[in-house]
Amino acid sequence: MAEPTPAADAAGAAEEETVTFTLDGREVAARKGELLIAAAERVGTFIPRFCYHPRMASVGVCRMCLVEVSGPRGASLQPSCFLEVQPGMTVVTESDKVKKAQDGVLEFLLINHPLDCPVCDKGGECPLQDQTLAYGPGETRFVEEKRHFEKPLPISELVLLDRERCIQCSRCTRFAADVAGEAQIDFVGRGELLQIGTFPELPFTSYFSGNTVQICPVGALTAAPYRFTARPWDLDQVESTCTTCALGCRVAVQSSANRLTRLLGIDVDPVNHGWLCDKGRFVAEAVNRDDRLTEPLVRKGGELVPVSWHEALETAADGLVRVRDAAGAAAVAVVGGARLTNEGAYVWSRVAKGVLGTDSVDAQVGDGLPAEVVLGLPRATIDEAASAPTVVLLAGDVREELPVLFLRLRAAAVSGGSRLVELSPQATSLTPYAACSLRYGPGDAAALVRAVTTGAPAPAAAQDPAALAEARRLVGEGPVVVVLGRPSLAEDGELVADAAQELARALPDARFLPALRRGNVLGALDLGLAPGILPGRVALDEGRAFFEAAWGAVPATRGRGTAEILAAAAGDQAEGPGVDALVLLGADPLTDFPDRRLAGRALEATGFLVVVASAPGGALDHADVVLPAAEAHERAGTTTNIEGRITRLGQKLVPPGQAWPDWMIAAELAVHLGCDLGYDAVAGVWDEIERVSALHRGITPAVLDALGDDGVVAPLSSRPVGLSHRRAPLDPIAVPGVESVERQGAPPRAGLAGPPGAGTTGVRAEADAGWPTLPAPLVAPVEIEVPHVAPPDSYSVRLVAARTLYDRGAAVGAVDAVRSLVAEAPLRVNPHDLDDLGIGAGGAVRLRSATAQVVVTAVPDPSLPRRVVATEFNVPFAGGAVADLIDRTFPVVDLRMETP
Amino acid sequence: MAVTEAPRIVTSRLGFEDAHTLGRYLATGGYEGLRKALAMTPEAVAAEVDAASLLGRGGAGFPAGRKWAMLRRSPVTYLVVNGDESEPATFKDHLLVERDPHQLVEGVLIAAYALQVTRAFIFLRGEFALGLERVQAALNEAYAHGAVGRDIFGSGFSVDVVVHPGAGAYICGEETALLESLEGKRGFPRIKPPYFPAAIGLYGAPTVVNNVETMSNLPWIVVHGGAAFAALGEGRSTGTRLFALAGHVNRPGVYELEMVKTTFADLIHAPVLGAGIRHGRQLKAFIPGGVSAPWFGPDQVDLPLGQDEVAQAGSMLGSGSIVVMDDRTCVVRAAWRITRFFSRESCGQCTPCREGSGWLERIMERIETGRGREDDLDLLLDACDNISPGVAWPPQQTTICVLGPSIPSSISSAISMFRDEFLVHIKEGGCPHG
Amino acid sequence: MSEPTPVAAPRRSSGAGPAPTHLTGDILHRARQLLALYPEPRSALVPLCHLAQEQDGWLTPEAMVDIAGLVGVTPGEVLGTATFYDMLHTEPVGRYVVSVCTNIACLLDGAVELLEHAEDSLGIGVGGTTADGTITLEEAECLADCDRAPCVQVNHRYVVARTSEAFDQLVADLRAGARDGEIPPHGTLVRVRRTAGIEADPAAVAEERRLSAEARAARDAASGPEGGA
Ligand SMILES: Cc1cc2nc3c(=O)[nH]c(=O)nc-3n(C[C@H](O)[C@H](O)[C@H](O)COP(=O)(O)O)c2cc1C
Ligand code: SF4
Ligand code: FES
Repeated sequence: MAEPTPAADAAGAAEEETVTFTLDGREVAARKGELLIAAAERVGTFIPRFCYHPRMASVGVCRMCLVEVSGPRGASLQPSCFLEVQPGMTVVTESDKVKKAQDGVLEFLLINHPLDCPVCDKGGECPLQDQTLAYGPGETRFVEEKRHFEKPLPISELVLLDRERCIQCSRCTRFAADVAGEAQIDFVGRGELLQIGTFPELPFTSYFSGNTVQICPVGALTAAPYRFTARPWDLDQVESTCTTCALGCRVAVQSSANRLTRLLGIDVDPVNHGWLCDKGRFVAEAVNRDDRLTEPLVRKGGELVPVSWHEALETAADGLVRVRDAAGAAAVAVVGGARLTNEGAYVWSRVAKGVLGTDSVDAQVGDGLPAEVVLGLPRATIDEAASAPTVVLLAGDVREELPVLFLRLRAAAVSGGSRLVELSPQATSLTPYAACSLRYGPGDAAALVRAVTTGAPAPAAAQDPAALAEARRLVGEGPVVVVLGRPSLAEDGELVADAAQELARALPDARFLPALRRGNVLGALDLGLAPGILPGRVALDEGRAFFEAAWGAVPATRGRGTAEILAAAAGDQAEGPGVDALVLLGADPLTDFPDRRLAGRALEATGFLVVVASAPGGALDHADVVLPAAEAHERAGTTTNIEGRITRLGQKLVPPGQAWPDWMIAAELAVHLGCDLGYDAVAGVWDEIERVSALHRGITPAVLDALGDDGVVAPLSSRPVGLSHRRAPLDPIAVPGVESVERQGAPPRAGLAGPPGAGTTGVRAEADAGWPTLPAPLVAPVEIEVPHVAPPDSYSVRLVAARTLYDRGAAVGAVDAVRSLVAEAPLRVNPHDLDDLGIGAGGAVRLRSATAQVVVTAVPDPSLPRRVVATEFNVPFAGGAVADLIDRTFPVVDLRMETP
Repeated sequence: MAVTEAPRIVTSRLGFEDAHTLGRYLATGGYEGLRKALAMTPEAVAAEVDAASLLGRGGAGFPAGRKWAMLRRSPVTYLVVNGDESEPATFKDHLLVERDPHQLVEGVLIAAYALQVTRAFIFLRGEFALGLERVQAALNEAYAHGAVGRDIFGSGFSVDVVVHPGAGAYICGEETALLESLEGKRGFPRIKPPYFPAAIGLYGAPTVVNNVETMSNLPWIVVHGGAAFAALGEGRSTGTRLFALAGHVNRPGVYELEMVKTTFADLIHAPVLGAGIRHGRQLKAFIPGGVSAPWFGPDQVDLPLGQDEVAQAGSMLGSGSIVVMDDRTCVVRAAWRITRFFSRESCGQCTPCREGSGWLERIMERIETGRGREDDLDLLLDACDNISPGVAWPPQQTTICVLGPSIPSSISSAISMFRDEFLVHIKEGGCPHG
Repeated sequence: MSEPTPVAAPRRSSGAGPAPTHLTGDILHRARQLLALYPEPRSALVPLCHLAQEQDGWLTPEAMVDIAGLVGVTPGEVLGTATFYDMLHTEPVGRYVVSVCTNIACLLDGAVELLEHAEDSLGIGVGGTTADGTITLEEAECLADCDRAPCVQVNHRYVVARTSEAFDQLVADLRAGARDGEIPPHGTLVRVRRTAGIEADPAAVAEERRLSAEARAARDAASGPEGGA
């Protein structure tokens, strides 16, 4: 069933056909095809409901929304959630007949409802409770025995089902089947005995199960982590953005007594439609963990000991300056930063590049794509990707990496609005929805793209003539949006970037949506946390003059990325001058960098290591200075999602102990480096960003406030802003617990009147006088040097190591319920290759590289090309770690596969 | 008046033990109608059916000709035959599928030709194990005979017919639930609009759904012409119809009678029909058209068996099943049992039907078993009103399908006709009938 | 992290369902024939459940997993759909399922008393199965045989057992295997196979699917995405 598509933008809406009808005696205009319940709500008439959800097709089963409708068939009670407004129809929502029918439905619902509100998680934010108070009969006429079921049934590690409370609205089953596409829960039984159930031994493992908890209008589905932790009326909330991945889902962050209790999805049209993935929803709790870093630490006599901030910063500054003075700025490097706020990223960028003078700065930990390609390609929005006639998937499995993007793309494909062309080394969650899927072996992405766009011969793995012809046709028809990510960590990112550039050359109108995964990775890149990049998506040489004026100094030459930094730190001669001082910004190369052994050697060898982190991790063992940082929900600021959308982060919690927000750590370090940058609050940092970055020009706090949850896509100039803005549906039970009934009465937030930021232009012009012209963002990718890939020899297999949602990342590890979902990864092998080895499913194979070997369980996967083997990165891997097999000096990983 | 000399249209072969075989069928004029139809244009066949004014025999009584005319033009269309027969005390289709399956198959083929459908499905109630075997065997014979499949009788017309077994759920008789069930889902009636499967039916394609008996009339209509059919009966109620008579009569059974020309009294008392109430007892009440229909008392016994006539008197002829209750019947128990049926058979999607039926059943049980309260009758009626506002005929509904408003029929009938008996139950703490 | 973690099946779905492992031989062959009769595979779900009951006597979890793969839904959807229907038993039943109707016509003719007798004489309640696994007793809704009330079916074959004595005789006959020819073990519903029109031209079915999909798309486009249902 198609997910209702959001209303078109303002221009489209003006052309839409409107119809008029009579609602409680007044004339109301509605969009043709608009549902009565929505049209009424838009003009302030709230019709009670349970089963209706604005993001799912109506089924009209709870019968709570009945109203009296007079039409050609006379006056009758009709479900307003199902009826489309018809011209001339007369609707009465408050007659005695309507009231009686609604009271009747409530009474029917309550006869078997346990009324255990005092112990129910939903108590206090329960639409059934609320509507009973508002509409229901005073006392019960039901004296018989209620239905009884065994009390809460765990239907997964995360979700519990209390069947007695269920009102059979089918919101959860519709979500699972129609939105997530995995009908793991379904109604069981019939009539009075109709209940939600799972198949024996097949739990509700959907990555999206938490949404069913959120949209359940009663307390039938509850989240194991949240259960009994708080009462809704004790909770405070702020609106924010989830930064677990880079999609930028809007959330309400709720806490009680400075502990985060839960995250709820907020419905924003351009991004998440109210949905969240379970990782985002449940790992947020990691902020509460007990082992947070609360004090700065400095290594003394081999031990890390707590010190004052002053001492820690002094030690850090001394160490960095010592290395720089001895070996040059290139010997100092900064790795990480993709989890910072925009403000944190900017100040760190300025400290590294403007103060320390090094360009060897990289927010990606060798697991992303070359920054200059990502930043230079014309960018698509999520909406564009979810409505493009042809979507080329040149990325990993988006359900594993950016789960809610999977929902958007799936909906686009299922509704027939988009046709997906998948170019990937293995099947993904979108494969069943793709119009055609073509496989390539690692190293062959660009060749496959050429085969699709120019008719060149296809690489060996993609010999499906029908699929190839279909791909050519669809790509030729366009317009095309390319979802561009990193399908495998065992294949150099430059190889995929090369393929993307082939696409960009062949399809000049194509737009690209980067599928990079880490929270604010695109904000960090935009603000200069990448070699060769200055804030505002500006190339180093282009921006030099401006930033020398703004900052006082910029590095003379382009620096190195994470892989080269680590190799140089480890002393690999080929990398040129060594790196002897390293700052890690919330990154742990030991788990994040694909070549784990190189990361280990680098950390061992680095002379001076500063770690900015919020919790203990592998890199701390090597740290000389540890600076405790605030985490998500403990810091204010902004973040940028994959499409370049900037939204505000709400601060809900006070950071523990002496942990500081990231921008402040950088700013204070600058002071200790002898340079006061002059910020006194996070807002001041944003002001500076808005001033020095053409990308961010005009995105003033006023603009951000006006746009609220939707945020704004940078740069402003390329897209209309404000006027097209539409409030998300104001349905208090679309997201119970978020939308309060009060909010329902609130007027839609005003769109922007004049040009954005008009009021401040004059002031800024004065301040900017005398500076060089603001440098423009990159408009085309800088050509990259593509590593040469030797053809595989006939004895080896090529490795694919892909991301999986529940991996051994720090946040997952910190939340019990989520940690238990991390599963060991088998090696997936084309069944013919297994047969050749004489190994059955579940047998063991030995994988050998030049320097390492592991023995793993092998399972057949017919979706893989011959001689391509695949597994998941950073999860337990039977005989060791897949990262041990990856050697960054080779662009692809060729291995020997043998019987053990 | 009594029993007219009308021809037997759908039961003509039932005197033969082997009526279900192709041999007997061909020997008694079988497949003549199909041959004749194939020689006509599809439109001409449909015109005969329209002229016959054949009212659907499944319960709603919608004219088949009009339904066919509503079939939306589309590259793919379907015919689905409703053989789910599960309305309590209805057992006429059972007879037709077991005893004269070829007649059904022929009717289906005639309709398939007239409608030019892509494929036809015969949905049979799963509990009809013998019926399923008989219809499948008849189809096998018909295929071999060239009457179904490719290029039927050399006419160039081809259609496949598939027998589909249900699996036990009354609601699958409701036509949209039936389509859902045929699509492999649970039998949840579809929400309206669209009001007719003729617009959006099986797999979203335009679909005609007709009852087994409706289909079984087609061979006769094509052979004898629509006018001959329309000449029988009266007004809109043309032709003959099968009436299933059950309960306290001497000769329960299925009788084919000319519509309107016969009354309920004839059906119950005529010696060749019901032959009177058993043991010389008196008529207390009867249900005129399946348990969804409001009850009638002795006062209405002289009403004719006609669709509109019964509707005007405040009930419905429905599926043509008449349940006779004698003067010793406990109406509370009878109404309770019927309510329990609806509670068990509610599909469960609509709140008023799912919860209301169960609640009403429990109140009725309480009264029958002596735990009733004085205000229970008002409560019953008020809860009924919340399922079917007004509790009047024709019913209004707060539910998706008309199973909802069927629930109150027996309760409100029993209370309005026999309020005293309820009060006796309540006051005496139990059933006076023991 | 130190705790042991289980090896998971690959999360990525390859699209096609797994090959059946439980339904075998002739049953699987017939299952495939049934699938070919319908424009949409899911339509075969209920007939396949009947077939599975023919193989196993009831609808086992293993069979449901196979059926899910064959018709392209989740096992949860097979379970959910099957439990809607009274004839599909997701728990084991006896060799004979004896159904006694107590609906209105039968009620008026002593069905409740007959059912009570059945419970007493078999020593089980409604829904129960005798210890020897022969008989499962069910209270049925109207079985459409009201002129022979009270109406009884065994494995969905009508039998006449209107009195206590006749009922006892029926049970004795069943236990003695005296009615085996007439009444197959529970699960076997239709013994007559489709002999023609099974070769249902796959090209024609494919064309039907294509045309339906097109028609549906055209209709959806006309009615807009919020058309519902
Ligand atoms: C609850 C319910 C149960 C029904 N059961 C049956 C049935 O068992 N057989 C039947 O033919 N029609 C049944 N109907 C009527 C069908 O919906 C539909 O009107 C009929 O099959 C159309 O065929 P006809 O026009 O030939 O009568 C039922 C309707 C409802 C609301
Ligand atoms: S009225 Fe009852 S049977 Fe009909 S759709 Fe609603 S719940 Fe189902
Ligand atoms: S029926 Fe309209 S909200 Fe449930």
